[in-house]
Amino acid sequence: MRTIRFLLQKEFRQIFRNRSILVMVMVMPVMQLIILPLAANYEVKNVNIAIIDNDHSSYSQKLISKITASGYFKLTGYDFSFKEALKLIESDKADLILEIPHGFERNLVRENKQQLFVAVNAINGTKANLGGVYLGSVIVDDNNDIRLQLVQPGHFSQQPEIDIRSSNWYNPLLNYHVYMVPGILAILVTMIGGFLTALNIVKEKEVGTIEQINVTPIKKHHFILGKLIPFWILGNVVFTLGLIVAWLIYGIVPLGSILLLYGFVSVYLLAVLGFGLLVSTFCDTQQQAMFIMFFFIMIFVLMGGLFTSIDSMPDWAKTVTRFNPVSYLIEVMRMIILKGSGLKDILRQLGIIFLFALVLNSWAIFNYKKTN
Amino acid sequence: MNDMKQFLTFIRKEFAHVLRDKKTLLILFGMPVVQILIFGFALTNEVKNARIVILDQANDPASQRIISKLEASRYFEISHTVMNHEDLENAFKKGDIRLAVIFPAGFNNDLLHQNHASIQVIADASDPNNATTLTSYVSAVIQDYLSETEQTNHVPYQIQPQIRYLYNPQLKGAPNFVPGVMALVLMLVCVMMTAVSIVKEKETGTMEILLVSPFSPLMVIVSKAVPYLILSLVNVASILLLSVFVLGLPINGSIGLLFAESTLFIITCLTLGIFISVKTDTQQAAMLISLMGMLLPTILFSGFMFPIENMPLPLQWFSNIVPSKWYYIIVKSIMIKGLGFGAIWKETLILAGITIVLLFISLKSFKIRLS
Repeated sequence: MRTIRFLLQKEFRQIFRNRSILVMVMVMPVMQLIILPLAANYEVKNVNIAIIDNDHSSYSQKLISKITASGYFKLTGYDFSFKEALKLIESDKADLILEIPHGFERNLVRENKQQLFVAVNAINGTKANLGGVYLGSVIVDDNNDIRLQLVQPGHFSQQPEIDIRSSNWYNPLLNYHVYMVPGILAILVTMIGGFLTALNIVKEKEVGTIEQINVTPIKKHHFILGKLIPFWILGNVVFTLGLIVAWLIYGIVPLGSILLLYGFVSVYLLAVLGFGLLVSTFCDTQQQAMFIMFFFIMIFVLMGGLFTSIDSMPDWAKTVTRFNPVSYLIEVMRMIILKGSGLKDILRQLGIIFLFALVLNSWAIFNYKKTN
Repeated sequence: MNDMKQFLTFIRKEFAHVLRDKKTLLILFGMPVVQILIFGFALTNEVKNARIVILDQANDPASQRIISKLEASRYFEISHTVMNHEDLENAFKKGDIRLAVIFPAGFNNDLLHQNHASIQVIADASDPNNATTLTSYVSAVIQDYLSETEQTNHVPYQIQPQIRYLYNPQLKGAPNFVPGVMALVLMLVCVMMTAVSIVKEKETGTMEILLVSPFSPLMVIVSKAVPYLILSLVNVASILLLSVFVLGLPINGSIGLLFAESTLFIITCLTLGIFISVKTDTQQAAMLISLMGMLLPTILFSGFMFPIENMPLPLQWFSNIVPSKWYYIIVKSIMIKGLGFGAIWKETLILAGITIVLLFISLKSFKIRLS
């Protein structure tokens, strides 16, 4: 017990001595948490549309004003040749081209049928898809209006209508920040926890001070605990800072129990720190440790469901995400903070993370050799 | 002549350093491969296979028809358990389902006799993007059902939009992210590696030895950057090979131009790395800045994950000084749209400008004497 106390004293002294790192560890997550959610906005709005109106009829005018009034579209080009409109797409000034053919109004009235041509820049699949759907619904709406105008009541049976009453639970205003903040906080906690432990031990290896520790009677698990505890505390401090930022800037207050949140994060930090330790036992230089950590964190972030949903992944990728601790933290943070889920809802995730912590730390202790 | 020989010797020294560290090398070359595979096969912005639940209180022909249409859609995975309101809430809280569709009793009746019926759709909007997309998919299915009945009723005056998807007819993810991954990998590899390897010499004290040598200090720095330039070009080649042969994404524009622009971007990143190394003293600080400071901003501000036009104005301005944004636009234009230099000269100029400014500041603050 006494040994650990001295080791802790040493670690804390070293952490506090290096002010620039300490400031970076505290300030960078806070800055990122303030800025990044503002940037990570996936709402598809402001679809830029270029319209080629070859008809110039009252119908085509009405359709165009309906499109601009719908709120989804921004008219960035009007009345070009198709070639010119394509130029707009090439330079990313337009996402969609709508071409209203010559004789649109006349044909619609005479032949009962008329086509419209839509070309979508589909490099960004989602935006293309949604833009197409929005445009389709505006056109259907316009179509109904024209029908009402042209057809005398009673001439044809009124169209059946289905009303969709949609409600958005947990986030009725569809605020995207609310979704991103817990996820980004999860990533930041992971990065701080994982990187710092890995780097810390490897640094001792690189400058040679680890040999001095190795020749002392300090036990393996003492040494590992002495490294774990300071960074575990640091991780919790960063997490607390993050929660405060989320509350002050974005007004996000966890719906669920804060105690449960801390409980989960504490266990999670043990797992991430264990991972950092494990990496450090395999590396000899800080550069190596950094790169290997970076490689894994990259995969963890991308496969963690922060930006894209795990549901949409193919089955093999879903299997991979089961071995990704970050995916559990992101999921649980969102559940507790946004939906107010309780202990029994997250029991499965908690168990798995506990297992992670156990396996990674024992592996690290096993792998740490006092002699070369 | 003699200078040239010295310079080559220094470059050889740096190569020896880089090639000696097998673990780092493995990651350097493995990273782009793994990323292309992850992005190519695992990640998609598309929402599909969402678990939804249907509460059919009507159980009549109309509701059955719509349900079978929902079942046929690849966007949904339907779990048929009939639940009451409380079960529904629990399922949402557990994260078991993303959306619930509720048909009220007498759905078909209302539709036939009053020409008007309603369906309730409840979405888990803790993920708002998912929620709106799924809701819009459901309404598209219902719209489809209605237009089917229209067809049989011979409705007059139909406007039929014909949609054509340019560049990417199958709406795949690859055309969007391959340029993104290139920007990301080059940015991180170049910035981090140069910054760290220079600061390492400072930290271990070998920098002093280099600086007292008759070799110009500027050349010491430049020779550090050269191996990473070559490594990065190898990475560009391997990413392109993977995307052509594994993802089936052809290069529509000129390959030579693509490599020339990539070289420019790599030089920008190397300069950024040098800049960071001049400003920091320890490897840890250099790493934290180039990683924590670069990773998320590069992902966010290059525009391949999130559309830049959605961001608040100050952030849109900020995105202009992120080099990867310009490189992303350039690669997309050459590779996917098949455009020539005429379409991207502006972006090229901006990248070159950023490089020169960074280089100038680094040289200004580069100290030949250590402390």
